Amino acid sequence: MSRDTRLAWINGLLLPLMNILTAFAATAILFLLINVNPIEAAKTLLYGAFGYGEGIGYTFYYTTNFIFTGLAVAIAFHAGLFNIGGEGQAYIGGLGAGLVVFMLFPGLSPWLMIPASIFGAMLFGGIWAMAPGYLQAYRGSHIVITTIMFNFLAATLMVYLLVKVLREPGKMTPQSVLFPDNAWLPFVHDVLPAFGIEMERSPLNLSIVLALVMAVLVWFFLWQTRWGYAIRATGRNASAAVYAGISQKKIIMVAMCISGALAGLVGINELLGYHHRIIMNFHIGYGFGGIAVALMGRNHPFGIVIAALLFGTLYQGGAELAFEWSNISRDIVVVMQGLVILFCGALEYMYKPWLVRWLAPVKEVQA
Amino acid sequence: MSLAIELENIDKRFGAVHANVNVDLQVREGSIHGIVGENGAGKSTLMSILYGFYHADAGTIKVFDKECHFQDSHQAIAIGIGMVHQHFMLIDNFTVLENVMLGAEGGYLLAEGMDKARTELQRLAREYGLDVDLDATIESLSVGLQQRVEILKALYKGAKILILDEPTGVLTPQETDELFKIFAALKEQGVTIVLITHKLREIMAVTDAVSVMRQGAMVAHVATETTSESQLAELMVGRKVLLDVTKSDIKPGEVLLKVKQLNWQDQHGVMRLKNINLDIRAGEVLGVAGVSGNGQSELLQVLSGINPIQDGCIEVHGNSFTVKQQTNAGKMREFGMAHVPEDRHKMGMITEFSAAESAILGYHKDAELNNGIWLKPDLVEKRCLDLMQAFDVRPNDVKLKSANFSGGNQQKLILAREMEHQPEVLLIGQPTRGVDVGAIEFIHQRILDMRGAGKAVLLVSVELEEILSLSDRIIVMCDGEITGRMAIEDADERSIGMLMANAQQAHDPLQANEKQGVQA
Amino acid sequence: MIEITSMNDMWLTLLLTLDATLRLSTPLVLAAMAGLFSERSGVVDIGLEGKMLAACFASATIAHFTGSPWLALLAAVAVSLGLALVHGFATITHKGDQIVSGVALNILVSGLTIILGLTWFRQGGQTPALTGEGRFVTLDLPGSELLHSVPLLGPLYKELISGHNILVYLAFALVPLVWWVLFRTRFGLRLRAVGENPKAVDTAGISVNALRYKAVMIGGVLCGIAGTYIAIAHNAQFTRDMTAGAGYIALAALIFGKWRPLTVLVACLLFGFLQAFAMRIEGVDLPVIGSIPVQIIEAVPYILTVILLAGFIGKAIPPKAVGRPYVKER
Repeated sequence: MSRDTRLAWINGLLLPLMNILTAFAATAILFLLINVNPIEAAKTLLYGAFGYGEGIGYTFYYTTNFIFTGLAVAIAFHAGLFNIGGEGQAYIGGLGAGLVVFMLFPGLSPWLMIPASIFGAMLFGGIWAMAPGYLQAYRGSHIVITTIMFNFLAATLMVYLLVKVLREPGKMTPQSVLFPDNAWLPFVHDVLPAFGIEMERSPLNLSIVLALVMAVLVWFFLWQTRWGYAIRATGRNASAAVYAGISQKKIIMVAMCISGALAGLVGINELLGYHHRIIMNFHIGYGFGGIAVALMGRNHPFGIVIAALLFGTLYQGGAELAFEWSNISRDIVVVMQGLVILFCGALEYMYKPWLVRWLAPVKEVQA
Repeated sequence: MSLAIELENIDKRFGAVHANVNVDLQVREGSIHGIVGENGAGKSTLMSILYGFYHADAGTIKVFDKECHFQDSHQAIAIGIGMVHQHFMLIDNFTVLENVMLGAEGGYLLAEGMDKARTELQRLAREYGLDVDLDATIESLSVGLQQRVEILKALYKGAKILILDEPTGVLTPQETDELFKIFAALKEQGVTIVLITHKLREIMAVTDAVSVMRQGAMVAHVATETTSESQLAELMVGRKVLLDVTKSDIKPGEVLLKVKQLNWQDQHGVMRLKNINLDIRAGEVLGVAGVSGNGQSELLQVLSGINPIQDGCIEVHGNSFTVKQQTNAGKMREFGMAHVPEDRHKMGMITEFSAAESAILGYHKDAELNNGIWLKPDLVEKRCLDLMQAFDVRPNDVKLKSANFSGGNQQKLILAREMEHQPEVLLIGQPTRGVDVGAIEFIHQRILDMRGAGKAVLLVSVELEEILSLSDRIIVMCDGEITGRMAIEDADERSIGMLMANAQQAHDPLQANEKQGVQA
Repeated sequence: MIEITSMNDMWLTLLLTLDATLRLSTPLVLAAMAGLFSERSGVVDIGLEGKMLAACFASATIAHFTGSPWLALLAAVAVSLGLALVHGFATITHKGDQIVSGVALNILVSGLTIILGLTWFRQGGQTPALTGEGRFVTLDLPGSELLHSVPLLGPLYKELISGHNILVYLAFALVPLVWWVLFRTRFGLRLRAVGENPKAVDTAGISVNALRYKAVMIGGVLCGIAGTYIAIAHNAQFTRDMTAGAGYIALAALIFGKWRPLTVLVACLLFGFLQAFAMRIEGVDLPVIGSIPVQIIEAVPYILTVILLAGFIGKAIPPKAVGRPYVKER
């Protein structure tokens, strides 16, 4: 094997694999520290996630959210941008979905109502991300700081709206009235019997189909269209993109807008698919989780779907762990996300010098 | 007189780049020693090694007859070496005093060293004529004054040997004269000066001895009084294997590219292009000669639309562009401009992309590649394969990562991309830089084919041979200006070398006359 | 008589709001100073939040087990310092992305504190509530009772100046100290230089990495104090995500204060005041305006920061080299 091929293998496979393994190993060590047998824990976790119908439903329900936010983070990464504002965009996306439902004629056909609401979620999420994009492109503010601020702004805005404006009359809970049922996205357990498959009740709804469609569309967009080409060129080598006549400003705006629109779809899965009203904090953790998903999935839609499934499994299985061990909760998934971001992101090249020295040393060549 | 610096067999690599090859150097104490060579010849690397900033892979360093093994710059400073870098190592929002003190504060508290530093700096300023307001912030000072601060910094830290890397590159002629006066004062006080430059006039004007570097190696050491500018120019550029290209006789057609009164200023406010006027006809190659860094890159970038027009006018095949039209590279391409950039890794291709993807850089919007919203991979790959076959790119694997092709094959792919699109005007920067000899001939032939096909070609190269063998007419650039124009019949290496180096001083009346004489 | 009483009441209300401002600003000041050191050296520290949260948990835990707030402080500082070193290892030694590393730490800590809390205390991720002695208690400055009857100044002294715990005084005393270190010492000069132009520092023969590690570690120590304050001085136990974005607000204050200690202090006080004000007017009908939604006031720091960053009011120019790993060899 030539040195280039070896390096390609190191960068493309060995390094990511070792990083993920390190994150797993660190989690296992944590389990040992808190007196939980990691193998037992893994078994329980897998049972919780896949052992029974309802568990499977929940697993895929959570996976759906992670696919949306993972894709959102990835598309920004491809443009060389770090969208840390997935939390706020998901939250505001949910607002958009709900407002469309409330604005439209309640007896409208679901065939119109649901697409309109999906559009509302994407529009609101997109605008919430495009504003920081605009500020970076035209005013030079740093997108990371601005998106963080927009996360907090989203949170305070939503509290205000849910307490003062949208709250169901006569109720104390800060949440909106129930959506009319023509805006309910069908549950998978209601749809499958039509195909002769029975499934236990779970929050899993048709958003998962939307998520998979989005994964394919993102792949198509990034690798099969001229706009995707322009985005990837900008992210890889900004001066070559300028050489090619690609406008940096436009790319920042477009990439952020798409990113926010994808994050906004979390609102569809959560609100149109399950809660059927606008509630508080349905989005918590998915925006940040998307960063881990994108890093682990190497910013490729296929990898993201796999990584999202992993995190969905951990999320649902984590709940099962909590029954078995009183000292574990779903927060173990948050720990794991942190470790994945640390080892697959910040410490991405930790092993590289060592691997290169070992597997692909520089040979002395006479110049 | 004894030696201040003695380097033996210095060798340094950066990955695959062999920056210094077995370099020897001797500098006498109290002399002004010039080191000349083109950009990338390894001069700065060599001096950074002497300054302890990089470690040599092999070789010995002796300073004042003492063998030194520098771990960092601190040790080099301690032994009396000071360096003024090409890009100043100054903190813009610090005062002059703070900048000078950095690394030599004289105690944990600034107050302790501050008064001492102030007195000492005032003394140095008097002695060497280095006047500068110690409490001014760097960003408020002119480039010339900033350079004085750099010199003060070195002297304050007790430099007996002062290395200056391209010190005049950013100076006006007047500031340059001031600097040379400072040199004289320093020499008077026994300071040894090493002057790195590619400007031959300066070497002749101020140095006692000169060493010439080419491609990482020392090619000559001579006493200044025994050499001439043309001899140095020849040593610097070197002689490549002369490849025979035969130019067919073509009658130039209409003017395809016309540039009128183009000026351009960089972000630091330095004028990089000064009143550029030129035109190129169909079937003509205009060579732009000059030592690199004299405005050629900026000319290419403004013409190609990468940098916006600030002042002046560009006409491409009758379409005129001024500051009012916001040009970008995409728009210029649409009007028939193609551009082979000087640095293929930085601009010409995206090294992480596949060859097929790099082969459509700038042309990704082409209707024939797109089917509605779909940028069709089979069409993209077919385009790349066609280009590869037309230009004999090897391996002809369209999916291979761009980074994994050799330099020559990368360059051929870029040339293919830009040429096969049949542009009206082709801008080419350094077409054979880092390209193996076999590919050079091929590339030269293709450039002449473009000429034969009635295109206008602007060829920027630091290889004089290349310019001479391909061009119909030649312009020489120096310090952002066109300092000479000539038809190929009137051109020879010596006269071009003089223009490249000498013509800088436009205020020199003798020079101005000579320039008039060769106006094409 | 009635007028005087209402005057006094208003004065007291104002004092109490300002008093709350001081208490709410304290962690912001400490965290912002931590961020100031780090960012002045060229290392973005988005992990202020995580380090503080970890310190909250560590201090509450140790205070619970030992009953000593000082040991708790020590433990919190140690934990926060450890996280700062991880950040340094990733971003200085391995040239990793500073923002990714900070985000990783924030997320990691937010989960880890709950898991460890569950393991050790089984109280849903919280630590047990501390009784009197594990906490930093308020200090009544001498003479506060005596002066109480003096009109205006008496209450000012008693309510506003006196009656805080030692960490509050420490935080505010720290600001001039930071200013002095930054602008009057050799370390400060080099620190400011390395955030602007690390190569210039390197060519002066000073180690860029060592300087940056020092700065990041100071940041760790200060975040440790900030977290301790939140958990066992301002509150009396650890609760889930109890820092509630204070780290990000501190980051905003750092930007708003343009990376200068004294202006950053003003920004922290402003943001602290907004929080105190929001608490005070919650549900209160004000004359003429009616009730102001609390959320609008809470959002002001974020809005101000966004507007400032966009250059609409002045321009916040960060240290030039901030966010960029220093790579020496080309």
